[in-house]
Order: sequence, then structure tokens, then C-alpha cells
Amino acid sequence: MKIKDVVLFCVRSLAGYPLRTGLMLLAMAIGVAAVVLLTSLGEGARRYVTDQFSSLGTHLLIVLPGRSETVGGPPPLLGQTPRDLTLSDAMSLKSSSAIHHVAPLMVGAAPVGHGHLIREVIVLGSTAELYIVRGLTMAQGRFIPTGDVNRAEALCVLGYKLKSELFGSDSPLGQFVRIADRRYRVVGVLSKKGQSLGFDMSDVAIIPVASASALFNRSSLFRIMVQASGREAIPKAKAAILKIIRERHDDEDDVTVITQDALLATFDRIFKSLTLAVAGIASISLAVAGILIMNVMLIAVSQRTAEVGLLKAVGTPGRQIQRLFLSEAAMLSLIGAGAGLLLAMGGKMVLIRIFPAFPVTIPYWAPAAAVGLALVSGLIFGVLPARRAARLDPVAALSRR
Amino acid sequence: MIIRLERIERTFQVGDEQVRALRQISLGVQAGEYLSIMGPSGSGKSTLLNILGLLDRPDQGTYWLEERNTTDLNDRQQAEIRRHRIGFIFQFFHLIPRLSAAENVELPLTLAGIDPTLRKQRVDQALDRLGLADRAKHRPDQLSGGQRQRVAIARATIMHPSIILADEPTGNLDRSSGNEVIQVVESLHREGMTVVMVTHDPELGQRARRRVKMMDGLIVEDREG
Ligand SMILES: Nc1ncnc2c1ncn2[C@@H]1O[C@H](COP(=O)(O)OP(=O)(O)OP(=O)(O)O)[C@@H](O)[C@H]1O
Ligand SMILES: [Mg+2]
Repeated sequence: MKIKDVVLFCVRSLAGYPLRTGLMLLAMAIGVAAVVLLTSLGEGARRYVTDQFSSLGTHLLIVLPGRSETVGGPPPLLGQTPRDLTLSDAMSLKSSSAIHHVAPLMVGAAPVGHGHLIREVIVLGSTAELYIVRGLTMAQGRFIPTGDVNRAEALCVLGYKLKSELFGSDSPLGQFVRIADRRYRVVGVLSKKGQSLGFDMSDVAIIPVASASALFNRSSLFRIMVQASGREAIPKAKAAILKIIRERHDDEDDVTVITQDALLATFDRIFKSLTLAVAGIASISLAVAGILIMNVMLIAVSQRTAEVGLLKAVGTPGRQIQRLFLSEAAMLSLIGAGAGLLLAMGGKMVLIRIFPAFPVTIPYWAPAAAVGLALVSGLIFGVLPARRAARLDPVAALSRR
Repeated sequence: MIIRLERIERTFQVGDEQVRALRQISLGVQAGEYLSIMGPSGSGKSTLLNILGLLDRPDQGTYWLEERNTTDLNDRQQAEIRRHRIGFIFQFFHLIPRLSAAENVELPLTLAGIDPTLRKQRVDQALDRLGLADRAKHRPDQLSGGQRQRVAIARATIMHPSIILADEPTGNLDRSSGNEVIQVVESLHREGMTVVMVTHDPELGQRARRRVKMMDGLIVEDREG
């Protein structure tokens, strides 16, 4: 029998029972759409988190005060609170060849004003190297100049949004802003850059770290951001940081070093397995659709007994009859899967409407896997009815009318 | 001899009881013969016809079809013989309801994988011959009983079989359409096909050159002329 004739025969017998066929198509379509949509949600979550971390910059290590190891050791005794991280701790890290840039970070909140406009924002104290480490870009002017990090120069860099709110469309360069009760000269404005790890970089003021120390009257750093000299140098840089800090802190391991890569890899792994798990759960709906196909095909076989008997009488071997019924199941699966992909596409658009910030992306493998699973499920569950048809006794089938 | 049965036995199990539908049936049919089988209900006529058509297997005995022992052929080989050598005509027509008359006639050709252009040619020819050219696109439920049976006959003969097996082909028709159908069947015989027809109607049975009478699974009469 020619393939075109097989297809035609199957289509006509499917079209002969529109309600039954429609229900099976619906089940398949929902299954496929579920697989595709849920995996794309998982993939979207993965991308979202990865993007967040990537926007931190490259080859990044973050040094936090305090140990946060979760294994081994008794709980710290009273009075053993971790030593503060200081600016000189940060600068001493530069001695390692595995470390290219070091940006100390001091964080506080303060009112920032110009004229009669005042806004309460996050004030970051850092050095010129923050620019490189965070991969910042300028909209106007320049960043904090290089030079002696211990000099508390009264100058500042504004985030894009903060600048617009204080200065409108005027150029702020060379003008002064008030931070708390001190005056700072504006030297530059950051370009629009999104959120990264909690800081909205468009809504900050950045001042030299020594100025921040004076402003907030403290010497402890919030964290130190370190850029290793390359991806391969990250482990070396981490070891160097731990060693240098231990020497400076009386042989005490009281800092935590987070590498961006490790963080990224962990999150990547977590979200990949999450996506797969979700896809697995969704594929159960495909198996359910397969079982539905089996049931309905079994009914079809018993309803079409006389037809099967006739096919046998005109000389169709059992194998060919089996193939015809299997083709029918396969076509149901494929058409249902096609409808499911369309459904998923529509669903994706709805999701994008509802969560515009969330990157809903259908991973390239999801549609293929879903269609493949639909086909496999249809075929597996189509075997039983097809075999029943093939084994039907033609005499009994034809004696009924 | 086109058909040769030797001591065919067919028994059905009904509950605890064994029903011997055919007992030691031996029968020979020459190519081109026209044979009618008559007998009371339950005498085994349909069972015999199903065995002749390879739809059923005897429990014992041997069946030679065109000098070939069919008893130990497998499903595929038997199907092959049914496809090319045997045409069935049933009391209830057994047309596929969703297909048009032409498509029903075409079905054996389609299943056999014959080229569409050749198929169309042969179907048109067959429908034309049976006076159904203007009904080609009608579905079975839009045809009269006589027309349905003629479509079924066109389907049975579309592969040019050598044997036609008809089980009460007029059983479901009124007298005049029954007569039409019988004339078609007899014309097939005149063209050289071997025709074996089961019938309840003595008048129709008498028209066959050779008449076999069955009773309780036995052939009790076999007359010629
Ligand atoms: N599948 C079956 N299972 C059990 N018994 C059967 C089966 N088929 C036929 N029989 C029995 O075998 C006997 C012969 O049946 P068959 O159908 O050949 O009779 P028939 O001569 O064609 O009768 P009718 O004129 O009513 O069609 C009957 O007693 C019938 O009950
Ligand atoms: Mg009968």
C-alpha cells in the first residue's frame, strides 16, 4: 500500500468519528503544550538567574566578612565575632599576581540633594577599579579617578535615574550635590544599566571609599570585589585571598570568598535539573494522552469490527492491518502535537504579556522532545488496539452486521 | 480441479457441547463451474464457504486450491490468495460507510498498492459495467440495496479473481433487485469465473448447473445438469 494511500485512509477514518478524534487531539495537544510551556518556564528562570550573575562582571570573586562554612567546627564562641574587612585588607590583595583588580565596597544610605531636591539613595564608596570590575559604562563624564585610595576627595558619580531626578536634562558635570551634610562635585553619570544582585545601579551615588568612610564614620567594608587575571586564575586568586587575609587577621579564617563561576555553575545546575524535572512531570500528561488514545482506539476497533473483517476478506494480511491502525495512532499523535505546539506558542505570548521582565524562552530541544514523546506514547499505546484488530477472527467479524 | 476438499472436518465448541459443523466433507469443483449450495439453517453452508475462502481453517482434512495445499499456509500467504484469487459477496454487503461507491470498489486495489491512475481506470470500468457510473460518488447509505450489492460485486471482482464465493447474496434484497444481482453473478460465470453460491431460495438454486445439498454438516445430494 502506498504511503499516500495509508495517510488518506487514516485521515478518512479519523474524520469519520470527529468527536472521538477531537478529544484525542485535545488530550495530546494539552500534553505537548504543557511540556513545552513548563520547560520554557524552567529555562526562563535559569536564564534570569544567570543573567543576573553575569551582569556582575567577569572572573569575579566576592570577599565577605565572616565565615559561612556549613560543615565542621564548633559554633564560634562568644567574642570571636569576625574581624572587619578594612581598606588596607583590600589593598593588600593586589600583591597576588592572580588578581588584577580590587574594588572595595562600602555601602550606606544617605540623602542626596541638589538645590531643593533631595532623594534618599544608596551611597557606594569604592575606587576607580569598581568601574572595571563591575563592567560599568558612563553616560557622561568620567568615573572616580585613580590615585591614592586613602584620600577622601569630595567628588561623586551619579546613577542615571538619580541624575535625571536631581538635574532633569541639565548637565550635572562640575556641579555640586549634597550628600548628608557634605558637598561633592559631580564628575560623571553612569549609563543606563539594569539591576545587578540587588543594587539598582541607576539609583546610586558613588564616592571614593575614603570619603564614604568619613561620611559613615566607619572603617569596615561591606565586601571586596576582586577580578582575577583570568578564568583559570580564579582558584589561585581565591587561595591567595584566603592566605593574605589569614596572615593579616592573626591566622584566623574569617572571610568567605564566593566565586562567580561557582555560583553560576550551581544555579545553572539547579535550574537545569528543575527544568528537566518539570518536563518529566509534564510528560506524564503525554502518557495519559497515550492511554486515552489506547482506550479510544480499542473502542474504534470494536466499532469497526466489520470493516476489519472486510479488510481481511479482501486479502489484507494481519500485519498490514496492524500497520494501518498504528499509522492512525501516529497521525493522531502528530496532529495533536502540532496543535500542542501552536497552543504553547500562544501560551508563551500570554506569559510574556503577564511577566514582561521574565525571559520566557522555549529551549530548542523542548518542542522536538515533546513531539517525539507524543509520537512514542501514541505508538506504544496504539500497539494493543492495532494487534487486537490484526488478530480479529474475520468470520466472526463479518457474521455480525 | 480448482477446488478439492478431502475429508474436511470443522467442529465448534459451544459451552460443553461440540457442534460438528462439517463432517468429512469431500468436494471437487472444476474451473468455471457454477455451483449452488442449499440446505436448512445450521447445516454448515456458511462454514464450508468460509473454509473455501480461507477465512476459516478446517480442524482436519486437506484443501487444495488451484492444486496448492492451503492447509499449512501462514496468514500472509493466505491473505495473498484471498487478495488475488478469491472474491467474496456477502448477504450484508459490508461496504465501508464513510467511503463512496467508487472508493469501496477501489479499496482492494489501494490495499494492494496499485498505481492510482490504473486504479481509477479499472474502477470506472467496473462501475460502468454494473450500471453504477452515475452513483460513483454516492455513499452506501445513499444507495438502494440492489445498488449496494452491485457495488460489493464490483469490489469482489476488481482484482480479477478466479473464484467468486457468495453467501446468500440476495438474502437481504427484494425479488427484483435479487434477480438483477443473480444476473450479474451469472454473467461472471459466463466470463469464466468459478462461482460458488449459498442460497436459501430454491428457485435461484435451481438455476445453477450443479446443485449441492447439505444437511447436518454432510453433503447429502450433489446433482448436475
Ligand atoms: N463461531 C461459531 N461458534 C460456534 N458454533 C458455530 C460457529 N459458527 C457456526 N457454528 C455452528 O455450526 C453450525 C453450522 O453453521 P453455519 O453458519 O455454517 O450454518 P448455515 O448453513 O450457514 O446456516 P444459515 O442458513 O442459517 O446461514 C451451526 O450449528 C452453528 O450454530
Ligand atoms: Mg449461513
